[in-house]
Amino acid sequence: MAGSTNESAIKQSIIQQRKSADRKKLILNLVLLAILLIAPAVLYPVFLMKILCFALFAVAFNLLLGFTGLLSFGHAAFLATGGYTTGYLLSTYANVSTEMGIIAGTAAATVLGLGFALVAIRRQGIYFAMITLALAQLVFFFLVQAPFTGGEDGMHGVPRGYLFGLVDLQNNTAMYYFVLAVFLFGYLLVQRTVNSPFGQVLKAIKQNEPRAISLGYNVNLYKVLAFVMSAGLAGLAGSVKTVVFQLASLNDAHWHMSGEVILMTLLGGTGTLLGPVVGAAFVVNLEYQLSQGALGDWVDAILGGIFIITVIAFRSGIVGEIQKFMKKNLS
Amino acid sequence: MSDQYVLETRGLVKEFKGFVAVDNVNLQVNKGHIHALIGPNGAGKTTVFNLLTKFLQPTRGKILFNGKDITSEKSAAIARQGIVRSFQISAVFPHMTALENVRIALQSFQGNTFHFWKSGRSLESLNDRCMELLDSVGLTEFADTTTVELAYGRKRALELATTLAMEPELLLLDEPTQGMGGEDVDGVVELIRKAAVGRSVLMVEHNLGVVSTLCDRITVLSQGAVLTEGDYKAVSSDPQVREVYMGTASSTAEVTE
Ligand SMILES: Nc1ncnc2c1ncn2[C@@H]1O[C@H](COP(=O)(O)OP(=O)(O)OP(=O)(O)O)[C@@H](O)[C@H]1O
Ligand SMILES: [Mg+2]
Repeated sequence: MAGSTNESAIKQSIIQQRKSADRKKLILNLVLLAILLIAPAVLYPVFLMKILCFALFAVAFNLLLGFTGLLSFGHAAFLATGGYTTGYLLSTYANVSTEMGIIAGTAAATVLGLGFALVAIRRQGIYFAMITLALAQLVFFFLVQAPFTGGEDGMHGVPRGYLFGLVDLQNNTAMYYFVLAVFLFGYLLVQRTVNSPFGQVLKAIKQNEPRAISLGYNVNLYKVLAFVMSAGLAGLAGSVKTVVFQLASLNDAHWHMSGEVILMTLLGGTGTLLGPVVGAAFVVNLEYQLSQGALGDWVDAILGGIFIITVIAFRSGIVGEIQKFMKKNLS
Repeated sequence: MSDQYVLETRGLVKEFKGFVAVDNVNLQVNKGHIHALIGPNGAGKTTVFNLLTKFLQPTRGKILFNGKDITSEKSAAIARQGIVRSFQISAVFPHMTALENVRIALQSFQGNTFHFWKSGRSLESLNDRCMELLDSVGLTEFADTTTVELAYGRKRALELATTLAMEPELLLLDEPTQGMGGEDVDGVVELIRKAAVGRSVLMVEHNLGVVSTLCDRITVLSQGAVLTEGDYKAVSSDPQVREVYMGTASSTAEVTE
């Protein structure tokens, strides 16, 4: 029958379209990977590592904002908890290896994330954001007051150590490739998660929570798991950052940092995987450029201005706008 | 007695800060019936749906599903047991394709919904069933269309396909034809008629033409309380109903043809 051949033709063309879209994505990812691999030959590795750490932080944050629809205003707490835990362990115990220190920092942030989630997850919208902010302020207070954190000064001179007892991480090139590997692990984990059966449920919750409930989903459980993963990865970013800079700083716990990750994510594009990476690179680079010039004191004001322009005029962020443009002009 | 009813409420009450939105409602839906819940704006119809599906907690009263007390169950658990609702405002996942919308419902019965490490490909085994459901509501060619881009009538059809994917025993439809033109209404009526085979339906509906052709039994709600109950003929000739619901005599004449 004409109807059925027509139908199968439609199905075929749908499958073709899906395949070619997948291929384009793969090629783009490979190009980006190649750039990251050769970047330290061109740019200062420590600067690149800073970008990668913040990119991982923003990717972790975006798992919540972009793919679950939860706005946390307390993610600095996880970055700092990862960083301080790793810093403390590596500074205090000579027999704790670098990778153990990082794993422990990640674990601490994950557990803290579970705590935050259990308190906040039933709240919606602005109330959720406020509770995460309040909890993060408690963590900040703790880090200022606790006897082992170095108070206002933070923790200095954290040894980078050896990776697996073999690779000397004092070497910036070695350190860079390690940070890159960690970043890729986090990025790919989020990519996998977002595209997994679980990720589909998260998207559903983000797009229409009452409908997801009415289809039998106990949405709070999914939100808790997403929150815990996000917190853990933010902690991983903080842990690695501490190793890179040999420093755990109170800046990481300050609510400015929670705001900055929101800015990075919105600027790059919330709905996309790559957006937060681009946003982080943009913000870190801009901060660096400004601090070099006469506008050093204006960093916050300029970032604030960019934030306002993004929210008003470029809702989809850099990557989102590029995607829209390509869709319009290439099809 | 109780196995006659798929759904029963006993003395159901919902108060909002002293305002009684649902007032001592005893509702009985027969198995296999399409049962209409009608009443003027603000009568409490949507609130009753919210109570039945526990989107709101009843102040007092009991809800029985197939004779079993489900008053203290949670929303998600109620959906899994077979009471699935639609919403007054069309409820879809706007930035997913039509196929993905339906698949979310099918997925809910699979053991993999927490599996964040699994590839999305693992869901493709559900696609055939999704296509069947989309076929049944005439959306085959829109399978890969992002839902926001669908026309309103098609969104509602998609919503119905998604609801049916849950294989509900009792379907709760809140104004399925709201905001639709004549042709679309006829389409939805046909879909509901088809969907109702082998199930029970409780629907809120303002279009009395739809109610008269589709429904076996009608409950009229007014100011939160049950005003009367019966088949279309009995209800439409009830003078109380004319007064509170149908308003003027002329509009009554119109809908009864
Ligand atoms: N969450 C709430 N808090 C306070 N009052 C509410 C709430 N939900 C509903 N109400 C009130 O309860 C009454 C019944 O509302 P409901 O939405 O159930 O009416 P309805 O019969 O569905 O009306 P419509 O035909 O307009 O959809 C209204 O007066 C409404 O304002
Ligand atoms: Mg209503």
